[in-house]
Amino acid sequence: MSITRDEVAYLARLARIALGDAELDHLAPQLDQIITAVAQVQEVAAEGIPPTSHATGVTNVFRDDEPAGCLTPGQALDQAPAVEQQRFKVPRILAED
Amino acid sequence: MDLTRMTAAELSGALAAREVSAAEVTRAHLDRIAAVDGRVRAFLHVAADSALAQAADVDGRRGSGEPLGPLAGVPVAVKDVFTTIGMPTTCGSRILQGWHPPYDATITRRLRQAGAIILGKTNMDEFAMGSSTENSAYGPSRNPWDLARIPGGSSGGSAAAVAAYEAPLAVGTDTGGSIRQPAAVCGIVGTKPTYGGSSRYGVVAFASSLDTPGPFGRTVLDTALLHEAISGHDPCDSTSIDAAVPPVVAAAREADVSGMRIGVVTELSGEGYQPGVLSRFAEAVELLESLGAKVTEVSCPHFRYALPAYYLIAPSECSSNLARFDAMRYGLRVGDDGTRDAEEVMALTREAGFGAEVKRRIILGTYALSSGYYDAYYGKAQQVRTLIIRDFDAAFGQVDVLVSPATPTTAFPIGERADDPMAMYLADLCTIPSDLAGNAAISVPCGLAPEDGLPVGLQVMAPVLADDRLYRVAAAAEAAFAGRWGRPLLAQAKGL
Repeated sequence: MSITRDEVAYLARLARIALGDAELDHLAPQLDQIITAVAQVQEVAAEGIPPTSHATGVTNVFRDDEPAGCLTPGQALDQAPAVEQQRFKVPRILAED
Repeated sequence: MDLTRMTAAELSGALAAREVSAAEVTRAHLDRIAAVDGRVRAFLHVAADSALAQAADVDGRRGSGEPLGPLAGVPVAVKDVFTTIGMPTTCGSRILQGWHPPYDATITRRLRQAGAIILGKTNMDEFAMGSSTENSAYGPSRNPWDLARIPGGSSGGSAAAVAAYEAPLAVGTDTGGSIRQPAAVCGIVGTKPTYGGSSRYGVVAFASSLDTPGPFGRTVLDTALLHEAISGHDPCDSTSIDAAVPPVVAAAREADVSGMRIGVVTELSGEGYQPGVLSRFAEAVELLESLGAKVTEVSCPHFRYALPAYYLIAPSECSSNLARFDAMRYGLRVGDDGTRDAEEVMALTREAGFGAEVKRRIILGTYALSSGYYDAYYGKAQQVRTLIIRDFDAAFGQVDVLVSPATPTTAFPIGERADDPMAMYLADLCTIPSDLAGNAAISVPCGLAPEDGLPVGLQVMAPVLADDRLYRVAAAAEAAFAGRWGRPLLAQAKGL
């Protein structure tokens, strides 16, 4: 087995997904199967081969720093789940103590 | 004259000659959508009012003698991954249900500037992850050849709309085959341009080093016309290539392969391929040879590792990109009852807002990028990516283009692979190598598989920024097949 149910639960917590128990039961064996399959890349002799993160090799792209229009507060807040005093209203981010 | 049966090139000519108005063309396609989309379900949103307003504007400009481009007044369907002012953009996800983006994608903007009439937004696998549209939170689209089968994915709604004559053109995105695979199984043409040849600005990101917007059409020339209209450098996308757009329309009109060197990829055939797909592919290769191409077999030994490398790289990038859906500034928010903190709300929202495949890939990517596994999985996959690029480089040293089947099988029944991720992933076996290498590839119809009567796609792959070669080969094959078949392949579609 390449990945356990507990590991999947831990990864889901890291990814901020509140998976239910039934979903964990379903996803864990599927992920185990997928990881076993993708582990085939480890068969490839790739000693000294540089990694490719991006195929076209474009680097350090700059543009002129020109002032341009941007969203109005109304446009920026238009799709927000909650708004207060022209700001995004979010649940608390710090603990009480 | 049924306006919905005309090609984009024919419509363009009739519009320019004022034989027909953009309003008439638009209304005909909206009527077609109203008549068949209840069965095809290609569209998530039909923008009838804005399409008619756009058409009136084009007609007015044409009436006043303003010079207009070839797509002015020609309808187009847009995959729901491109941001659009005035229309929702959901990416087939519950987490973006009802989201109205505040800006247009560069490609949306270019379509509007070209005078193309945006009919609406098409269905897709959630965040472009899938090969069937079954991962859409809004239900699957149907294949116009057989409504019980998948139209491919992730751009399945775009492909189905074009195949069902709901739109002559559509745009989609290709990350692992999401344009070519649906084009192949719906019997139409679809291109993945060179990575960076078409802008990603305003395309909701799945795997940023792979995502490539591109065109669908019923003919090779139509596809080239749309390819040209949406391509070119965009300062808003730092990965956009600052180079001239390859002459794709001219190549589609020339349609000449005499003297071209065509390589058949050894590794993209054999076990796991449907016999009827292989026989139609072999016929296509013979046809190209009879047109004067020089055909050889070429080996790309690392292609067999493309699928596993892709399913490490794409999920890794997706796990990072989809972190933006945090329930704070836009999109769904669940469980914010005043007692829960932001992290709890985030986790509950992502649990409720993402479907199973998106969760699988986020977790897989989180795993592949985690310390302790990074070198063995993500790092190794990046090295394999280099080896695949080297395979292509060596092959393109010997031949001008490579060919293969576009998909291992024809369209499969809805539900058959829905809960078998590994089986679903195999649908992109032939298309993934070009995504990893960032080069250009097209799927063009090459007949029906004898065993099921469903369309088969011929894939042509060309080096970076040699997109014009795709159209030269595809147009030559299309013309020769048309002579052999006597009527368009789509005329045989039985689903509608």
